[in-house]
Amino acid sequence: MILAAFSDFMQQVVSGLASGGIYALLALALVIIHRSTGVINFAQGEMATLSTYIAWALIAHHGWRYGPAFVATLAVSFVGGVGIHRVVIRPVERGSVLRIVIVTIGLLVAINGFVIWEWGGEPQQLQSPFGTDTYTIGGVVVAAHDIGTIVVALGIVFLLWALFQFTKVGLALRAAAVNPEEARLVGVRVSWMLALGWGLAALLGAVAGMLTAPTVGLDPNMMAAVLIYSFAAAVLGGIDSPLGAVVGGLLIGVLLNMLSYLSQYGIFDWFTEELRLPMALLVILGVLLVRPQGMFGQPEVKRV
Amino acid sequence: MSPRTQRAIGFVAFACFVAFVAVLPAFVSDFKAREYAYVAIFLIALLGLNVLTGYTGQISLGHGAFMAIGGYTTAILMAGNEQFGGPISGGLKDVWTLPIAGLVAGLVGLAFGLPALRLSGLYLALATFAIAVAMPSTVKRFEEWTGGGTGIQVFATPELTGSITNVHVLGRTLTPNDWMYYLSWSIALVAFAVAWLILRGRTGRAFRAVRDSETAAVSSGVSLARYKTLAFGVSAAYAGVAGGLFVIASAFVNPDTFPVALSIFLLVGIVVGGLGGLSGLVFGAIFVYYLPLWSQGQDLGSLLPDRIVEETQKPGGPAIVYGIVLILLMFVLPNGVGGLFRRAGQLLGRRRYSPRK
Amino acid sequence: MTTLLELDRVAARYGPVQALSDVSLVVREGEVVAVLGANGAGKTTTLRAISGTVSRTGGIELEGKQLKGGPEAAARAGIAHVPEGRGTFVDLTVTENLRLGAYARRDRSVKADVKRVGEYFPWMVERGSQRAGTLSGGEQQMLALGRALMSRPRLMLLDEPSLGLAPLIVREFFRIVRRLNEDEGLTVLVVEQDARIALAASSRAYVLEVGRVALTGTSAELRDDESIRRSYLGY
Repeated sequence: MILAAFSDFMQQVVSGLASGGIYALLALALVIIHRSTGVINFAQGEMATLSTYIAWALIAHHGWRYGPAFVATLAVSFVGGVGIHRVVIRPVERGSVLRIVIVTIGLLVAINGFVIWEWGGEPQQLQSPFGTDTYTIGGVVVAAHDIGTIVVALGIVFLLWALFQFTKVGLALRAAAVNPEEARLVGVRVSWMLALGWGLAALLGAVAGMLTAPTVGLDPNMMAAVLIYSFAAAVLGGIDSPLGAVVGGLLIGVLLNMLSYLSQYGIFDWFTEELRLPMALLVILGVLLVRPQGMFGQPEVKRV
Repeated sequence: MSPRTQRAIGFVAFACFVAFVAVLPAFVSDFKAREYAYVAIFLIALLGLNVLTGYTGQISLGHGAFMAIGGYTTAILMAGNEQFGGPISGGLKDVWTLPIAGLVAGLVGLAFGLPALRLSGLYLALATFAIAVAMPSTVKRFEEWTGGGTGIQVFATPELTGSITNVHVLGRTLTPNDWMYYLSWSIALVAFAVAWLILRGRTGRAFRAVRDSETAAVSSGVSLARYKTLAFGVSAAYAGVAGGLFVIASAFVNPDTFPVALSIFLLVGIVVGGLGGLSGLVFGAIFVYYLPLWSQGQDLGSLLPDRIVEETQKPGGPAIVYGIVLILLMFVLPNGVGGLFRRAGQLLGRRRYSPRK
Repeated sequence: MTTLLELDRVAARYGPVQALSDVSLVVREGEVVAVLGANGAGKTTTLRAISGTVSRTGGIELEGKQLKGGPEAAARAGIAHVPEGRGTFVDLTVTENLRLGAYARRDRSVKADVKRVGEYFPWMVERGSQRAGTLSGGEQQMLALGRALMSRPRLMLLDEPSLGLAPLIVREFFRIVRRLNEDEGLTVLVVEQDARIALAASSRAYVLEVGRVALTGTSAELRDDESIRRSYLGY
């Protein structure tokens, strides 16, 4: 009995980490964009959905194999992200906050509409590159897809970290995000760096989408809930902290699963499946009210 | 042009507008009257949001939630929620529910305004967005009060509302659509007048001081907390009244009546309309109501060549058009249509250099 | 000595305010030239015009070639601008700040240059992984100088390095600038409010007043002329 409860628990932890990994990727995308351009990209989820549809179309309609489709999608997403920044965001970057919010909302609406327009609204199937097998380790049943998701998510986070820490481009990106004026003085082409940031964010979103689709099904509104969870993760971790985004994502993923698990046993039994989303929102509100800078962020200092 | 002359012109323009609104139903179809009633409803909501965002600079992506609060208040007061196990028996006439709807929404707005003080800019936008997304689920959760997923029908009590049966007013019989039109527009014009009075006085100056520079406002003795919270309460009250009217017009309410999209559209409405003046807000209200229809090829959209209309008729097409129009508007008219009007007004009225903000 | 930098009737404005109306000056290779004047005279704007941070009219030539474009182009042309307030990347480490200085360069000897800078500022090598934001004001000023050196500039622009620093530190800073000029032939254009120390460190100076050059001469001349000192330099 205890053993069953324990393996149940571990299963929830593992699948919580897997969904948490996806939230971490999207939250990281949000953080990169916010750090560099100061914009909260409300369209991040839709961009990820679009990327996933592109991958699906390559596989289902043009007969590509998963590997090449994956790579091509990443490339297209990267270029798309750079393009969106240059064309749509750059002209309004320095304007009022309100203007930028409306522009990203316009992107959200337009991209969502485009997906429906091009591929229709019915759910589609995108298979997982890791297959549908499950493994039993020490009595705990884990899905290959979940393990794969965790590995890929953490792997990409690690690669990104290495890029930022050890390469010239990464250094320039960090400098441009923090101090664009000074970065220009040393020769950094700041606006291209910001575009690069958007490209990387789009790439992260594409991976997140492709990892999400096999479990929840591919449809135009697939990433809506994921986006909210990722907002919660980014806010929890600190909207300008990449580390916070990753930790926040994993925490949210595990936390939500824990609530489901515990509610089965009578603790938190008011927690039903439909309260997942409001729970994430409660996290957002709670963090913003109690500690707006999140776990790892710096408190905002208002210059007089 | 002296301020006095400007104000006089403003009064005259307003009077003309009122006259125009009063006689319009005689010239348009019954159906159009109901459409225009919806424009008035959105105008009320936008007037409120304008006080918040245009005047104190706080961004709200959640005003649809305040409309929902007002809307549900109206529905519960009219139809009661005893059938779900709730405590209210209903039976209140539609018009009388509106002040209560506004009050309830306003109180919630005040309550939110206090913690909102700690948030600024994008964070406030995010927090209010969270509220808008959470509202439908929250409504469903409190079934005994709200009727959960099925919502509340007001059809069952036609005697309480003029929006279903004919009404006799001042010796004339009004069709439901006309009645709705007049009700909404009279409230809208009153709402505008109230907003104008609030904003031209000390309160308005305080609001503007808060928007332009919080630190300067504080050092001049303006109590940030009081005015920012007040602005939230007032704008929420307006949205509540608008929500109540909306439910009266639609005769039912359920969790999907006030979706997240509505909150987004409201913000879009004031930005496109241009923060500040009434003329812009009227345009904003028209935009909020009609653009979804135009992008589907109706009305204005029918002026476009057939091939384009065909392509955009496919599902998703209107959304693409809507999104692109939004983005382009932000490029071309950063101060919204109202800003355009104001620029034109300034060009016409200015004779010598006058200090601009 | 060859002319390194030449400004010909440069004008610049911030919106309706004309910050520079007519500035012409010359900097020769290997010189340290000071730009002095009261607050608002246009000193900082002059440097920003040179580095392309602010848009301007008039001719600016570096080694005979017209300087065009924004700060990125100026950096690539070999101009190192140390702005007012030091401009260190506070979130990055000391070493990362230095590496950024060499960003515009395409050759591979960046590591060697970090060592070279370390000879002037040994503490930068020892405390390489310290966050720049935790350094003192004086140390940040030195770091900014070190970063500028990393780009092996043709011309270094220093904007009010003494601002907010204790006199002892300022003296040390200018001592290092003089050493760099003498040992490495570094050409420097320094803007200063503190005329005394600037004149001590430079060979020639320009005095700006309301956006134009009011006066120029060798630093020795300006130092020795009491009436000039009183009217233009404040001491």
